[in-house]
Amino acid sequence: MSDAIDRPNALGSEGPAAREPVSTGSEWTFELIRQYDEEIAKCAAEFGLDTYPNQVEVISAEQMMDAYSSVGMPVGYNHWSFGKQFLSTSKGYQRGQMGLAYEIVINSDPCIAYLMEENTLPMQALVIAHACYGHNSFFKGNYLFRTWTDASAIVDYLVFARNYVSECEERHGVDAVEQILDSCHALMNHGVDRYKRPAPISAEKEALRQEEREEYLQRRVNDLWRTIPKMDEDEDPVKRKKRYPEEPQENLLYFIEKNAPLLETWQRELIRIVRKLAQYFYPQRQTQVMNEGWATFWHYTLLNRMYEKGLVTDGFMLEFLQSHTAVVYQPPFNSPWYSGINPYTLGFSIFIDLRRICETPTDEDREWFPDIAGTDWVESLHFAMANFKDESFIQQFLSPKVMRDLKLFAIEDDDLEDSYKVTAIHDEPGYRELREKLARQYNLSYREPNIQVWNVDVRGDRSLTLRHVPVDRVPLGEDTEEVLRHAHRLWGFDVHLESVEEGTLIDDYHCPHPPPLKS
Amino acid sequence: MGMTHIVDRRLNGKNKSAVNRERFLRRYRHHIKKAVSDAVHRRSITDIERGENISIPTRDIDEPVFHHGQGGHREMVHPGNQDFVAGDRLPKPEGGEGQGQGQGQASPDGEGMDEFAFQITQEEFLNFLFDDLELPNLVRKKLKDTETFNYVRSGFSTQGVPAKLDVIRSLRGAHARRLGLGGARKKKIRELEAQLADLLTAPADLDAAFSHEDQIKVLEDEIARLKANVKRIPFIDEIDLRYRQHLKQPKPATSAVMFCLMDVSGSMTQMHKDTAKRFFLLLYLFLKKNYKRIDVVFIRHHTSAKEVDEEEFFYSRETGGTIVSSALKLMHKIIDSRYSPAEWNIYAAQASDGDNWNDDSPVCGKLLTESILPLVQYFAYVEITPQDHQMLWYEYEQVQERFPESFAQQQIADPSEIYPVFRRLFERKAA
Repeated sequence: MSDAIDRPNALGSEGPAAREPVSTGSEWTFELIRQYDEEIAKCAAEFGLDTYPNQVEVISAEQMMDAYSSVGMPVGYNHWSFGKQFLSTSKGYQRGQMGLAYEIVINSDPCIAYLMEENTLPMQALVIAHACYGHNSFFKGNYLFRTWTDASAIVDYLVFARNYVSECEERHGVDAVEQILDSCHALMNHGVDRYKRPAPISAEKEALRQEEREEYLQRRVNDLWRTIPKMDEDEDPVKRKKRYPEEPQENLLYFIEKNAPLLETWQRELIRIVRKLAQYFYPQRQTQVMNEGWATFWHYTLLNRMYEKGLVTDGFMLEFLQSHTAVVYQPPFNSPWYSGINPYTLGFSIFIDLRRICETPTDEDREWFPDIAGTDWVESLHFAMANFKDESFIQQFLSPKVMRDLKLFAIEDDDLEDSYKVTAIHDEPGYRELREKLARQYNLSYREPNIQVWNVDVRGDRSLTLRHVPVDRVPLGEDTEEVLRHAHRLWGFDVHLESVEEGTLIDDYHCPHPPPLKS
Repeated sequence: MGMTHIVDRRLNGKNKSAVNRERFLRRYRHHIKKAVSDAVHRRSITDIERGENISIPTRDIDEPVFHHGQGGHREMVHPGNQDFVAGDRLPKPEGGEGQGQGQGQASPDGEGMDEFAFQITQEEFLNFLFDDLELPNLVRKKLKDTETFNYVRSGFSTQGVPAKLDVIRSLRGAHARRLGLGGARKKKIRELEAQLADLLTAPADLDAAFSHEDQIKVLEDEIARLKANVKRIPFIDEIDLRYRQHLKQPKPATSAVMFCLMDVSGSMTQMHKDTAKRFFLLLYLFLKKNYKRIDVVFIRHHTSAKEVDEEEFFYSRETGGTIVSSALKLMHKIIDSRYSPAEWNIYAAQASDGDNWNDDSPVCGKLLTESILPLVQYFAYVEITPQDHQMLWYEYEQVQERFPESFAQQQIADPSEIYPVFRRLFERKAA
């Protein structure tokens, strides 16, 4: 980033320049969208935003509801749960209880962004700035997306998945396919590799390899089960202790796909599809605050830059600011509208404050962020965007000022106590603790129970044992039995789940039968 | 820059979710059927023009995942602190409901709901209803098709299928065209032929220099050319063809009156009446599709009959004995005074648990065969009882023998058995 770059929105910048605004009305046309996109792209280039090419698709409200219900996938396989999503979206929309999102953006190359035709022109500009330059550059720059997803392959893969599922439906019946998919969905959140990078998905290779894989998989599975139990070996206490898998496995779907004894090949293939999709969405689940914060920061910054250049009118800015304010509104904890921390607010606040820390640092900032205070803000923000996920991002960049502005406080709820306790607030002694607690809140492995494959009784009843390691004594929820039924459907033999805390069995679930008592 | 590609997708299909929606309805058909069944109970039998709101308990359609339960030790960060300071203690609400997690299972529209509510269309509503009644597909289709059409002649067109070719009109057109195209030439031919005849009959000049031969040759050539031209005019051309055109027209509106007769004596429970309601509803649906205007007359009876409104018909209770003939008499009287069979198609549906005073049943048989059946299109009777047939049934069996075309009866225990009563009716209309 060189100093030659025109530093926009700098203090005391010149105010609206004399240039002609792109438009004055609020009706959009394709030509105007193109012009706005061009101008926004110029502004984005000033700030060094690096993006995939954009594909802007103008759609109707009904189409937006369709897009909604397939969790933002441009093509999806058929499943009742998407129908359920669609029904609830369309009901909410028709009753006017909820507006549709202004946009949906897909992590693909080119980056596909949907614009609703109902939007006014300023809204379309906001959406373009937000999605086509904000989210888009995040997808391209953030390490999680770079490592875990392959933007150029996803759309083709989705088409492959859709075709494969419908082929299965034709061959094996809708019900049989639905059952497998239901069970996979139940385990979807536990169907991701958290630490190792998977091979990028590619539709073409998928289709090519599929046949090979069919044979190979079955052979592999057979190998595992071919081992004939030898009694004398069983007597050996050392050998008997050896588990399969030797190390616990975090990816339940992967383990089942590769090892379930009775599954047919097409069923394994369906598991694989759901697993791949889970993996594709995994980075999004870990970067919600950052991603939305980044996109919001950039629509705000880019459109203000447009205003400085005299490209948009005061009326445009008023409408834009009204929408922006609504997006970043954070209801307080005691408001009837409160439903947790608004990721747009939190992310936007952190990024905007980061810029402030770079440009006009206070003594507090110098103490808290010695490496950042006073540096080039564009560079620092890009660094923050590229190298973190929500948890580490908050841990790294949540400043005391943001904590004060949002008036954050932490509440402890312990079932051994008969009252709640306020453990930290937005004050000097509380900052660090508060920041740590908030960061932890965004740690997926803290938000979701830690459940891994522990053992398969290879020599016995072939039962699968999962192990849950509770954090802070938090037990499993009431869906557990139900999810276990799904696991059992996939595994084909008994499934056990044990909650084990520091070596002690606290709780156990079984489907369908508890294991025989050991003498 | 310049890398943006803008696409207008608005004209692409919008019903991408139709299949998924259908999958959802299919999966929860039992819930929806029950809701439809409740709706039938609630609705008037003439109220079939709309869909229905369905709600399903949220926990029945939950997609389970592993998640944290209540309890343990947890901490949550919240915004908007007012006057808390570190170390403050706040009482827990009664009932041990924990603070819960910020997002949890919040529904997308932000309301915490116990019920998942959505709308089904009228068509879907009828489908579920028909499932309940086990209607055959052909009949379903007939009931749902919005209107039946007649084709009426409406002039001619230049395009159509060979079967609709109007030969006379086409030939007439061809003739006119031939006249139009050939008339002037033929006239010319006649003139030239006259000239030629003149020349040929004229005395030949002795002087070869004044011979008519050249002139004759010219005339003959010209005539031959013109004749060839005329010959080239086709006898019939594509533009001559005329096809008869037909327009779809809704079937002429006619009127029907539907009599609903029901025993409301003490032995008829609400369950009986709900079954009867479906029976009436089915007849109504059938009539609705075949007639533009339908009057519905409700007659209830115990020992005496009375014409009532629908509400009273289905939902008020009476006690006492049963004289079925009173209802038939009243029906006959109403036909006499208001529904002349010359103008009205008359249908009747009677529901009862079969009870009747024994010496009344022959009276009923006589009334039906002598005064009522000659006037009506169809009379359907259901005996709603799982027990043995009653006296009235045997009497009606004889009626059925005499009027197999316009009388049907059936003993039923649940709604799925209703359809056979109507089978003949639907079959006949299908022809």
